[in-house]
This record gives sequence, C-alpha cells and structure tokens, in this order.
Amino acid sequence: MSDPVLEIRGLRVDYGLGDAAVHAVRDVDLTLHRGEVLGLAGESGSGKSTLAYGLTRLLPPPGVVSGGQVIYHPVDGPPVDVLTLTPAQLRQLRWAETSIVFQGAMNSLNPVHKVSTQLLDVIKAHEPTTTAAGRLARARDLLRLVGIAADRLDSYPHQLSGGMRQRVMIAMALALEPQVVIMDEPTTALDVVMQRQILGQLAELRERLGFAVLFITHDLSLLVEFSDRIAIMYGGRIVEEAPAAQLYRRALHPYTEGLLHSFPALRGPRRELTGIPGSPPDLRAMPEGCAFHPRCPKAFDPCEKKVPALGPPIDGDPGRDVACWLHPAAAPVPH
Amino acid sequence: MRFLLQRTAFYLFTAWAAITLNFFIPRLVPGDPVQSLISRNQGRISADAIESLRVLFGLDANENVWEQYLHYWGQLLHGDLGLSFTFFPAPVSTVIGDSLPWTVGLVGITTIISFLLGTALGVGAGWRRGSWVDGLLPATTFLSSIPYFWLGLVAIALFAGPGSFFPSSGGYEPGLVPAFDQYFIPSAIQHSILPAATILVSSMSGWILSMRNMMVTVSSEDYITVAHAKGLSERRVALSYAARNALLPNVSGFALSLGFIVGGTLLVEIVFSYPGLGYQLFQAVGAKDYPLMQGIFLIITISVLVANLLADVAYLLLDPRTRKS
Repeated sequence: MSDPVLEIRGLRVDYGLGDAAVHAVRDVDLTLHRGEVLGLAGESGSGKSTLAYGLTRLLPPPGVVSGGQVIYHPVDGPPVDVLTLTPAQLRQLRWAETSIVFQGAMNSLNPVHKVSTQLLDVIKAHEPTTTAAGRLARARDLLRLVGIAADRLDSYPHQLSGGMRQRVMIAMALALEPQVVIMDEPTTALDVVMQRQILGQLAELRERLGFAVLFITHDLSLLVEFSDRIAIMYGGRIVEEAPAAQLYRRALHPYTEGLLHSFPALRGPRRELTGIPGSPPDLRAMPEGCAFHPRCPKAFDPCEKKVPALGPPIDGDPGRDVACWLHPAAAPVPH
Repeated sequence: MRFLLQRTAFYLFTAWAAITLNFFIPRLVPGDPVQSLISRNQGRISADAIESLRVLFGLDANENVWEQYLHYWGQLLHGDLGLSFTFFPAPVSTVIGDSLPWTVGLVGITTIISFLLGTALGVGAGWRRGSWVDGLLPATTFLSSIPYFWLGLVAIALFAGPGSFFPSSGGYEPGLVPAFDQYFIPSAIQHSILPAATILVSSMSGWILSMRNMMVTVSSEDYITVAHAKGLSERRVALSYAARNALLPNVSGFALSLGFIVGGTLLVEIVFSYPGLGYQLFQAVGAKDYPLMQGIFLIITISVLVANLLADVAYLLLDPRTRKS
C-alpha cells in the first residue's frame, strides 16, 4: 500500500458546547492513501458529512472540532496538522491540496457570477503569478476535461443543467491539481444515468491525474463498484473498514451486512432484501455499549455493556478492521 | 431588450392611468377653485372676471368633461400645468420648478448617502454576526421605528434656538438671493444639516437592518461554504460572494425609495419649513390650490414610475437570472 496522504486521528466533532453538546463524530481514525478511493458510507445522521466538514475546518456553527488531529502529507515537505494551521496557512492549503465537491451541487455555484469568474478566481487566489490568458486557457482545459464545451465559460449557473453544474464543480475541484478530493454525496441530486456518467468520468480522471478521493455517500452499492477501500460509519464511529471486494464478499459487522442486504444485486442468485429494522440512534442519547446493539439481530451479552474497539479481527483477512464483539480484535488496540 | 420594452410599455400605460386619475379626482371634489377664489375675495369679483377665471382654470362651462380632458392633455404636453392660485398668477410649473431643487437636493442626497452608508454597515454587521456589533442592532431598530418628523422636532428642540448654529427653519438666510455664490451656498448647507441628519439617522437604520439580515441569510448558502473551501480571501468571500447576492433586495428597495424622495418627506419639510415640494404641497392643500396639488401629484407619480423602471433595470444588471437569454 502506498503512503498516507491524509491521516485522521481520534477526530471528535461536537455540535454545541459543554454538557448539551451532541457528539456527532467520535474518535474517528481514518487514513487516506495516495491515489486511492476511500468510500465512507452510512445512514443519514451517522456523521459522515460532519466528518468531512470537520477535517476541512468548514463546520458551520455550532459545530466544533473538540479533539484529534488531521495530518496532511504534502508531496514534498513535512506533514502538517490541518487543525492547527493559522487562517492564512489554511487558506493556502485549501483547494490547492484538498478540494471538495459538495452535496448541494445545485447551490454550490454563485448565481450572480459567470462560470468563468468562479473558475478563474480560485486559480488567481492561489497562483497570483499566472497571467489572465494563462488562467483562461486552464479554465477551458478544465471544462473540456469534464466533457463540457469551453464556450460554457460564459454561462451563468442557472443556464446549466444539474449534471453540468456538478461537472463544473468537479472541474473546479481539479483546477489546482489537488492531492485529495473530498466528495460529499456528489451525485445524490442527479438521476442514475447522469450519476453513472459522472462517476465513470471521475474514475477516468483519477487514473490520469492520480489524486486521492474520499467519497462520502449513503449508497453502498456505488462504493462497492467505485472505491478501493470502504469505511462504514455508524453513530459517529467507524464500525468497519475493508477493501471494497472483501467487504462486499464477506461483511463482518452486522450493520454492514444489513446495508449490503438492502440493495439488490444485478447478477447472481435471487436473494431476499432485508434492510435494517429500527432507526439510526439519537445522538443526544446514545445507547450504552455498541451503538448498534438495539437494532442488531446478532446482539449478545457484551454488546450493551462495552463499546467494541476498531481493530483487525482474529477471524478476518489481514488489512481489514472491524468494531464488533462477534469479531473481537486480535490484539488490544492502542487508544 | 424585449423585457425592457415590455416594462417601458407597462409604465407608459400606468402613467396614462395615473394622469387620467389625476385629472378626474379634483373634479370630483365638491366646489371648484373659482368658487374658493371668489370666497377668498369675499365676493368682490365681477361676473366677467369670474368667467375669465373659469376659462383660465380650464373649467369652461361650455366644454364638456371629455373636451376638458383632451384640453388637459394638450396643455400637459406643452408643459403647461395651469396657474397656481396660492401664488396667483404664477404658473404651477414655475412654483414646482422653484421648490423641486430643494427637495431633490436635500432628500435625494440624504437618501443616497443613507443607502450607501447603511448598506456598507449592514455588510459589516452581517459578516461579523455574533460579535459586539450585534449589540448595536437594537438601537438601529429603535431609530428606524421613529418617524422622521418626530426626530426633527426633537432635533429642533435640542439643537436649534436663539444663538444656535443650526437654524430651525427655512432653506437659507432670509435676505439672500438664491445663486451659486459664496454667500448663498454655505447658508443653504447650514440650513440643510439638521433636516438631513434627521432623515439620515432614521432611514439609514432600515438599510443596516435589511442588509445585515440578508447577509446572515446568504452566509449559510452552499456557495459561501464553497468559496471558503476554495481558500479565497475573507474579503473576496464577503464582498463578491456574500454581499453581491445579499444586495439584490436592497437595491430594489433603494430604487423604490428614490421614487418617494419627491413626496415622501413632506412632514420633515413642514417641521423645518423647508422650501421644498412637500412644504408646497402642504400649503396647496391648505389653500385648496387644485392646480398646484395636481401638478405636484403628477411629479410624484412620474418619479415613482421612473424609480420603478430604474429598479427593474438595476435588477436586470445585477441578477443574471432575470435576464432572458
């Protein structure tokens, strides 16, 4: 496996302060390696978007990062902790090293400025020495990269379709050739045909440009196909992390299994779709022990008493982690 | 372009309707100006004089209403608004021409200043929401809810009086001849400070509040988060992304308020006996000076319509979504 490019260590994100705070992300450890696609899946409210906002320091109030580290490894130079950067350093890092494609593609573009203005200002902000003509040429190339005619630069966002807007956002995310692109449900608002086109294009671009992707979605079927590794989030914690193929073939955590059984396979034998009974936990009143135990069909004694730690299980293949008492960790995990 | 033509046609129609109403309404009021002129002279007017006054005021008994209406339009298109009889025999157009610059100068300039200043402060307050600036907001709410004229009365009571720098009434020192010279201009400015300040204080607060609230609303839009994530400078995000979008409702509000410059501050002009159009209207109403009232209403109507057209044009320029491709 290649070097890490982004390491999240013990990240905690709260909404609110003091006793009333809701812990939306709890001690999350996650490593994104250079050039890989890491999928992050979970139900609504599992904390996956909050994690993305937290690690980029874009949390809207009352969200606060209450602990942990986000280590970014530049191509050359020493690693930096994103959470301790000064505002000026943070501005420099943003978009140039880690760009984001947001959930609300429809509203991600400023309605009063042309596409060109919004593509050019980010290049100008980070590379002030470039010439205006050079920036314009780059913007044209970027649009062509995502399959949009270059004359669309003069369009306003409302003149583009939803799919085109999302492509523009992807082009914008790649404008400075970042090492990491965070995608927060980038295709949720699009129809399946458009979704497929965009994902195909994205996979192709990644081959060519070699950036790493943190792909956040609630659609596990999408991740199985598109990502190298998948992390499953539940109640603010990562409950399972494994290479995509292994996870699909044999899920260890009952929650992952539930997710996998809630969409049909295109090929292979027919099977019953089951889904997961109950609803996601209330973050203000989390159950004791494993957060999933009230909904878990396989819950047994220790589940409601102690939180299982995420670690390589004794009965699993190497390179995968799970937090479940059914598959206890091979060795006690530090923390 | 087609949109603009459509709007212009619409405003021309509205102007026609307004002018027609303007013609009919005074004729629905019982009594007529000749009657009131007769009673002003306590009946000591000869029958011939009465007849010629009727013709003069466009109330010729031999003409029916339709002929009078056409006649009115004919005069209007020649810029003839009739004769005022408070200032008899001065034509209404002269009376309006004399007082319009005062109103436009005082209220126009203060409206523009208060919009610019209020919007700028609102941008600042909205961008730094949650800081100490929010503590000042209740004060602006308070100020914006006070009527201009009451603030004017308070200002006169506090600042004007014998020996004070601020005069309590008039537009310039009595005895000066209106001209652009070194005696008249300073005097006119000195007389306008107090009324201008009252209008400024109470109207600026409204702009601050609305701009601040729009800034707060816009700040939670996705494209603002994207702008932050793009690593743009704070200044660029605040101005080019947030303020540029938050400005839209304020600009249409501003264009509309331009329309009310002419008639909207009647009470301030009365309080300060300022020789503007509002004061003139007040006198015209008191003296049942129908031609003058009609003329002033006409000016107000036209300026409201022009301001509306301006608002449309401004919106067209500022918001690409309203432009039809």
